[in-house]
Amino acid sequence: MKQLKVLSLPYLVWMVIFIVVPLLMVAFFAFTTEDGSFTIENISDVGQYANIFVRSIWLALIATVICLLLAYPLAFILSRMEKHKQGTMLLLVMLPMWMNFLLRTYAWMTLLGNNGIINNLLGMIGIGPLKLINTSGAVVLGMVYNYLPFMILPLYSVMQKIDKSVLEAASDLGCSFRNTLFRVIVPLSLPGITSGITMVFVPAISTFIISRMLGGGSNLLIGDLIEMQFLGNSYNPHLGAAISLVLMAIILVIMTVMNQFSPDDQVLI
Amino acid sequence: MKKLSRIYVALILMFLYVPIFVLIVFSFNETKSRSVFSGFTLDWYARLFNNDIIISSLINTLIIAVLASVASTILGTLAAIGINGMRKVPKAVIMNVTNMPIINPEIVTGVSLMLLFVFFAARMHLEFGFVTLVIAHITFDVPYVILNIMPKFKQMDPHLYEAAQDLGCSPFQAFKRVILPEIMPGVISGFLMAFTYSLDDFVISYFTSGSTSQTLPITIYSMTRRKISPEINALSTLIFVVVVVVLIVKNIIENRQAKKRGLYRG
Repeated sequence: MKQLKVLSLPYLVWMVIFIVVPLLMVAFFAFTTEDGSFTIENISDVGQYANIFVRSIWLALIATVICLLLAYPLAFILSRMEKHKQGTMLLLVMLPMWMNFLLRTYAWMTLLGNNGIINNLLGMIGIGPLKLINTSGAVVLGMVYNYLPFMILPLYSVMQKIDKSVLEAASDLGCSFRNTLFRVIVPLSLPGITSGITMVFVPAISTFIISRMLGGGSNLLIGDLIEMQFLGNSYNPHLGAAISLVLMAIILVIMTVMNQFSPDDQVLI
Repeated sequence: MKKLSRIYVALILMFLYVPIFVLIVFSFNETKSRSVFSGFTLDWYARLFNNDIIISSLINTLIIAVLASVASTILGTLAAIGINGMRKVPKAVIMNVTNMPIINPEIVTGVSLMLLFVFFAARMHLEFGFVTLVIAHITFDVPYVILNIMPKFKQMDPHLYEAAQDLGCSPFQAFKRVILPEIMPGVISGFLMAFTYSLDDFVISYFTSGSTSQTLPITIYSMTRRKISPEINALSTLIFVVVVVVLIVKNIIENRQAKKRGLYRG
């Protein structure tokens, strides 16, 4: 199939212009001043925002762990259902993803608000009103709600390939359920776990909508910081590019770590 | 065990759906209250349909999503076939670059494209708006198409294409009859994924749209920034209904096809 190589040419041109060049521009902006001379000041200025970086990493990490814990059993249960049921269930899990994530986040705004339904219900049994919205907990909840399907799907797709007879063999040979889980199911689903983690962690660490809608002004994340440099009040694309570069570096490190756990050298997602 | 897993699935589904159902219920609420249902009305729907900004951005979103997903499916399918025939090193380099828009946070992709478009806008006749949006959408769609197709090649016998030609197929026939059917499931799922991501995208559109061309998510965003308005609830309800109908129809069609195939085989 070697003679078919030329077919990729249009894409390669597109890729260079719209993927490679823009990223090089980010790097260029990060290391230059407004008049185009070289500087590392932008990068060193990022240090001022260390607290925002720490908060973003922390909240994204919590959200990712919660997603994994919620999604893992679900994906397993789905993968063991009868085939026609699997399709329907998968559809049900995917369906909310088809709603725009702004609307999904907005839904939680109305639920968590000080006069929202949750506080109203709590009020009926004499609790509250609790401060639910504009907290870091609300931001984590928003992340989990929005990105849970991203964890379920890769997990389901690897678990679905685990043959029933493999699990039966394990138990026939005397494996307890726990042993089967940790010695058979988890190792076989490792590619799903690692890609699920990246698919949740990356959008979670870089979001700026969830933090803005559910976190109020006090829970700024890296994404908010970048957005402010490009479209917000503190217009400074050079600093914004520098922050983006640092964010990419963090993600690269995490992906490298994830790759260590992945059994094969496949592409990540 | 079975009961337990049923309860678990039900709980997760509740978590996923309760917020949406609350939105839907309150789209029929007479007052703007978000917690007390005071009476039934269809007012918010009427207002929604009279809102020109929403209607025009909805049309815009659909046009952009169709254009971008069709273009990226063609571009991506050809690319995947080409990349598959490459040697290890160039293949790895290209796949790594292709992965970038997926691995990179959306905000970085958005910002990088914005920098490129600003550069072009200053030197050429390019305005932020429809064109930049379509370009941006194609750019983040193509990788999904390629990644959906590539695994199909792994399942395929690499000699099939040559065998078809040995047996008298022209290269184009071999492509059409051997390669395309093998990778078709990947092409279709890639297209659907691209279309969905395009419809749904906010972040990259936010950085690459101008004032002349807005997509629905951007309009929704500016609505949530202003005063709370139940029009958003009405809009969510309609979107939800459309999604449900589309998925049900899709399921019915698939079931029918499966049955037909079963009949022929039987």
